[in-house]
Amino acid sequence: MAAISFQSVSKSYASPKGDKNSASRGSFLALDAVSLEIEEGEFFGLLGPNGAGKTTLISILAGLTRPTSGHASVLGSDVQADYARARRSLGVVPQELVFDPFFSVREALRIQSGYFGVRNNDAWIDELLESLGLADKAGANMRQLSGGMKRRVLVAQALVHKPPVIVLDEPTAGVDVELRQTLWQFIARLNREGHTVLLTTHYLEEAEALCGRLAMLQSGRLVALDRTSNLLQAASSNVLRFKLDGSLPPDLAARARVTGRIVQLPAHDAAEVERTLAAVREAGLVALDVEIRKADLEDVFLEVMQQQRAPLQAVAA
Amino acid sequence: MNGWQTLLYKEVLRFWKVAFQTIAGPVLTAMLYLLIFGHALEDHVKVYDQISYTAFLVPGLAMMSLLQNAFANSSSSLIMSKMMGNLVFLLLTPLSYVHWFLAYVGAAVVRGLVVGLGVFLCALLFTPIPALAPAWIFLFAVLGAALMGTLGLIAGLWAEKFDQLAAFQNFVVMPMTFLSGVFYSIHSLPPLWLVVSHCNPFFYMIDGFRYGFFGVSDVSPWLSLAVVAGAWVLVSALALQLLRIGYKVRT
Repeated sequence: MAAISFQSVSKSYASPKGDKNSASRGSFLALDAVSLEIEEGEFFGLLGPNGAGKTTLISILAGLTRPTSGHASVLGSDVQADYARARRSLGVVPQELVFDPFFSVREALRIQSGYFGVRNNDAWIDELLESLGLADKAGANMRQLSGGMKRRVLVAQALVHKPPVIVLDEPTAGVDVELRQTLWQFIARLNREGHTVLLTTHYLEEAEALCGRLAMLQSGRLVALDRTSNLLQAASSNVLRFKLDGSLPPDLAARARVTGRIVQLPAHDAAEVERTLAAVREAGLVALDVEIRKADLEDVFLEVMQQQRAPLQAVAA
Repeated sequence: MNGWQTLLYKEVLRFWKVAFQTIAGPVLTAMLYLLIFGHALEDHVKVYDQISYTAFLVPGLAMMSLLQNAFANSSSSLIMSKMMGNLVFLLLTPLSYVHWFLAYVGAAVVRGLVVGLGVFLCALLFTPIPALAPAWIFLFAVLGAALMGTLGLIAGLWAEKFDQLAAFQNFVVMPMTFLSGVFYSIHSLPPLWLVVSHCNPFFYMIDGFRYGFFGVSDVSPWLSLAVVAGAWVLVSALALQLLRIGYKVRT
């Protein structure tokens, strides 16, 4: 049985008033017939640019949003028809840093546990607090915690009823290195112990390191779904990296990943490296600190996104 | 505790933690009304024989505070959770819409009863007040608080901003409470306003409640009971329907 299953899930929202650029006038398609199965015990990554529909997909799974059509289920329980069982199996760490200012950390966890009908849960709550580095904050009011600490409490709240399926929606956005380490160690341990993990993140190196399988969403459509290793192999195997003072010629800029002065371009073979460097030279620019490295997930991601965007632009033109 | 009892406990704990604001404040306000209106009008207004104006005022003030606080509890809790985003913790749980209803209305009833009892006990320092039919008192207190807690639930679901909630409170709840006969018997009103008052469900809550104390009322307590219970059933049906469809909380 699949831990998580989406069958042709679509979601359309009414467009904000006055938005005349909307494709279908009157409604905006956030998800377009997304089908996806995640097996028990998988560590699965859901990637995509902002607005691609990742959070909408997760919200449908969690019952926060209802699909316009299609079905979603958690361990075989439909998220609408059998919502109570589906939600008992699911622990969701929301993207927004939300908290209830009236309660201490331990109170918040006890209450969340109680909602699921789990009584006398202090042993597990203590273990969660310990594992997430929150033990000394148990009595602190939620308002007094730093952003990173609040994020840890969100994780603890999601796990308090021991759900077999865990969903993390960008859990490391704006989080320091130490917490990321703590968090991933803990989540990886839960995954080893048999929990299924669905993760969305903007940190692609995290997805590459943790996820066995990946899906990529763009404009509400599933544009890639494969094992992480296969995706990495399929991508251009090498990347040419150099520093540049000045702006790239337009044809190169369209394919480049630019971070400040650092330019990175796909380089399938030696001839492509030569062509690229020649184009830079012809533009009257000097490439410094030139090196060639293996492609990583970010390169794969950009390549997939560009491939998907190209036909759309052709239609628009 | 099971799921909905935990939510009820949490909702009670929420107002209990700020009891100075949610209980002591309203009791003090009611005492000020009692002190000022009681003192100013004691010798000028006579509503029922044998009952001083100050004593007449107490059940009305207790009920008014009870109703306002029951409304405030469910409505402010919901809108704060919506604004702060922490309603998501509840939306992720297996609790059904009936569970939400029981917990939010239950906590509103508890807050209403605590404030109403506080007003009554403090008022005993000013004037002796009989309590001839405690069962009627309790029945109207619980039903009134439940009705207002349910209305607060609807207002909390509907409102997207604090000022919308304040508008509901200032333009609906406050006029209806003040025009319900808290400070006077509606028989002292001109005929038109007498008719208008009879259309106000708040009038029946206060009149029936007052009957429990003095054994006299403007209309029969059975009529009041029927009106209040009927209003609660109607409002509850609406609240349950809104919760069932996830009105403004599940997109």
